[in-house]
Amino acid sequence: MRSHEPETAPPENVSPAPEPRLPALARAWDSDLAHAFRSSPVAMLSALIALTMIGAAVLAPLIAPQNPFNPAELNLMEGMTRPGQANEFTGRSFLFGSDPQGRDMLSAVLYGARVSLLVGAASVAFSAVFGVVLGLMAGYLGGRVEAIIMRIADIQLSFPAILIALLIFGVARGVIPPAQQEDATLILLILAIGLSNWAQYARTVRGSTLIEKGKEYVQAARVIRRPAFVIMLRHILPNVMGPVTVIATINLALAIIEEATLSFLGVGMPPTQPSLGTLIRVGQQFLFSGEWWILFFPALMLVLLALAINLIGDWLRDALNPRLK
Amino acid sequence: MLAYSLRSLAQGALVLVAVAFIAFSMFRFVGDPVVNMLGQEATLQDRRELTERLGLDAPFPVQFARFIGNAARGEFGVSYRQGRKVSDLIRERLPATLELALLSAIFATGAGILLGVYAAINRDGFLSNLVMTGSLVGVSLPTFLIGIGLIYVFAVELRWLPSFGRGETVALGWWNTGLLTDSGRKSLIMPVLTLGFFQLTLIMRLVRAEMLEVMRAEFIRFARARGVGERTIQLRHALRNTLIPVVTIAGLQLGSVIAFAIVTETVFQWPGLGALFVNAVQFADVPVMAAYLMFVAAVFVVVNLIVDLTYFALDPRLRSGARLAKGH
Repeated sequence: MRSHEPETAPPENVSPAPEPRLPALARAWDSDLAHAFRSSPVAMLSALIALTMIGAAVLAPLIAPQNPFNPAELNLMEGMTRPGQANEFTGRSFLFGSDPQGRDMLSAVLYGARVSLLVGAASVAFSAVFGVVLGLMAGYLGGRVEAIIMRIADIQLSFPAILIALLIFGVARGVIPPAQQEDATLILLILAIGLSNWAQYARTVRGSTLIEKGKEYVQAARVIRRPAFVIMLRHILPNVMGPVTVIATINLALAIIEEATLSFLGVGMPPTQPSLGTLIRVGQQFLFSGEWWILFFPALMLVLLALAINLIGDWLRDALNPRLK
Repeated sequence: MLAYSLRSLAQGALVLVAVAFIAFSMFRFVGDPVVNMLGQEATLQDRRELTERLGLDAPFPVQFARFIGNAARGEFGVSYRQGRKVSDLIRERLPATLELALLSAIFATGAGILLGVYAAINRDGFLSNLVMTGSLVGVSLPTFLIGIGLIYVFAVELRWLPSFGRGETVALGWWNTGLLTDSGRKSLIMPVLTLGFFQLTLIMRLVRAEMLEVMRAEFIRFARARGVGERTIQLRHALRNTLIPVVTIAGLQLGSVIAFAIVTETVFQWPGLGALFVNAVQFADVPVMAAYLMFVAAVFVVVNLIVDLTYFALDPRLRSGARLAKGH
């Protein structure tokens, strides 16, 4: 933390609480990270694109021209309208065109992005928590716990995430009764993608925990007999979070693509509750008859979203890397 | 070298046993094989008989040992969905996937090394910059979108190439090859490009980075001082030293080739193992899933072994002191 004014030095004997200075927001604006952000046009542009898309997706029910999954709002006469052109029967025009049922593709894309983002964010949160906890345990406890966790992580890291997610999904299909499968798909996807990505967090956190473990503040905490889990969560965890945020950001893009791939393969979200991947899967059928827009706009949204989040992740990695300063 | 190979072999075997355990657990805990095979209406008597015949009344370790024995002979039982032996299904579809994977690996490695060397030698050239930027975009594109894009351009708009399937195949014994007919070769082009693209960008960036690194090394300056021609230095001295990490990464990427093959085969309706696996996942067809899992693990272990042994061919230092191999 940088010092602001010399006269804010606290008088002796007062506990170090020099907080009557800038409000939290202003302090965040002045931090190193914010400076790095303001000096990187790529990061600012990506953040703008990503935030716009995330905002539009979250607010989809409010800003979408129609609810694409309410049959009452669909008009079959308006099917297959080309983007930007007026429909020959009703004269209505659709910015992104419409599908054979007369569904507005812009609304479908916004709702689809909502599902994609939900699955992406939830699975990243799940794998981050799972991986960080296992990594902390492996690094701090060591011994057999470490050997088992890291060996599983090694094996898992050598298999591609999509394969593991497919396997988890397939097994769950066999265990869950067919009637409940459609409802369970969302949760299942989150678990499958989350479980297929935890190893990277565990490996990174274990590495930083091994370093932190030897430092004096951890020894001090040990001396006053704080329990192991308190030391891990209150003392070590905040100091190993930097790399975790970087991995989580890049993994958000990967998780969105992974979800889209699974849905594209037909093992993800059903067409009644489509994500961007499902929309692409559906749209593929119309490619051969020249109705390119049904596929193009979901695909464009997916690529832009993934690219923007990836670029933010790249920037964050460089900004948080002390060696590059 | 012998000790080192033996250790790699033992590690590989360990991975295989671990994966076999997962595959076996799927059999045991996903659905009831007896119900799966007899249906819901079977009598208790029938069930008991089948349970005995399948050996499901034996203790867990015995069953696991049997499973490994069968797996080693390539037997995984009968597909729940198709009612056919899994080993037959796999044998039918193996050639399609292997032809696709090998051709795309050759394409990716060949083109990747070529472009990487070019981009390293002409570091600031317009073409190198173009190639590097293109590869960055390529990395962020999901595989299936690349495939769909190719289909749109070459099958829908230009009508040059077929958009799905393998075309006509010729049977050589049990191996069906698409390489001997015109339509078979045409059908291969787009899937091979799709599958190879990600690897291509990866290998290219790697070769370029390694090559730039090696060109700064002492022995290159020494070779220049001896008056060796620039081309010879680049191709004989630098490239050879670049290839060691490239072989590692390319080998370890094989896992993702198999994963992307699943996607590529779905996009192009390619009748290979990946498509078979996706179908099995959709219908919880456990024997097929287990067999595919074991197949992937086996490929993975074999390739790792080959990668390890390739070090010895490429790096003379390792032949004298095998211990150094751990450093890479």
